[in-house]
Amino acid sequence: MARIAGVDLPREKRVEIALTYIYGIGRPTSNRLLSDSGISPDTRVRDLSDSEVARLRQLIERSTKVEGALRTEIAMNIKRLMDIGTYRGSRHRKGLPVRGQRTHTNARTKKGPRRAIAGKKKATKK
Amino acid sequence: MARSVKKGPFVQEALLTKVQILNSKNDKRVVKTWSRASTILPEFVGHTFAVHNGNKFVPVYVTENMVGHKLGEFSPTRLFKGHSGKLVADKKAKPE
Repeated sequence: MARIAGVDLPREKRVEIALTYIYGIGRPTSNRLLSDSGISPDTRVRDLSDSEVARLRQLIERSTKVEGALRTEIAMNIKRLMDIGTYRGSRHRKGLPVRGQRTHTNARTKKGPRRAIAGKKKATKK
Repeated sequence: MARSVKKGPFVQEALLTKVQILNSKNDKRVVKTWSRASTILPEFVGHTFAVHNGNKFVPVYVTENMVGHKLGEFSPTRLFKGHSGKLVADKKAKPE
């Protein structure tokens, strides 16, 4: 059972892919870690030896910020923006897009599902 | 895209000299400015700027963790008072 940074890696996948199940590790980071540790990206997770898992675990701990620590860092960055009173901070607070996108339509990712507006007439076809 | 490091941060010349004069005299007073695009430098910490938002001047007191941001970020240009509608109309009709 390969458990790294509090995440169980899928046993049947290649390590290159399996590592990306950890928050904060994508394909590039995954590949860098594997080449640094000298493990072939094509090995399946179940075929990894204990020493290889330990090596990966140590390497991740030393070189990258993952999971909880990364989430806190991101939350702190956003909190900083809100605390010093920037425009970007206010957009985060209102749950609207931060980087100048239009909000007349779209922006649904940030705003969430559409909410019905009270008293608004539906457009009827003639 | 980020600005080239070679050029250094952008600050309106006039604003910079004004702050430097204030610093050399150890003086703090409100600096009126329209230069929203100017980056806040470490020299600006502790000063208060009146940053124009297109309508009026918004006072911005600069603290240490504002360094690197632009003055305009602290002076919102839009005023949103909420949507109209039944809810708003009701509130207006009988304020508690």
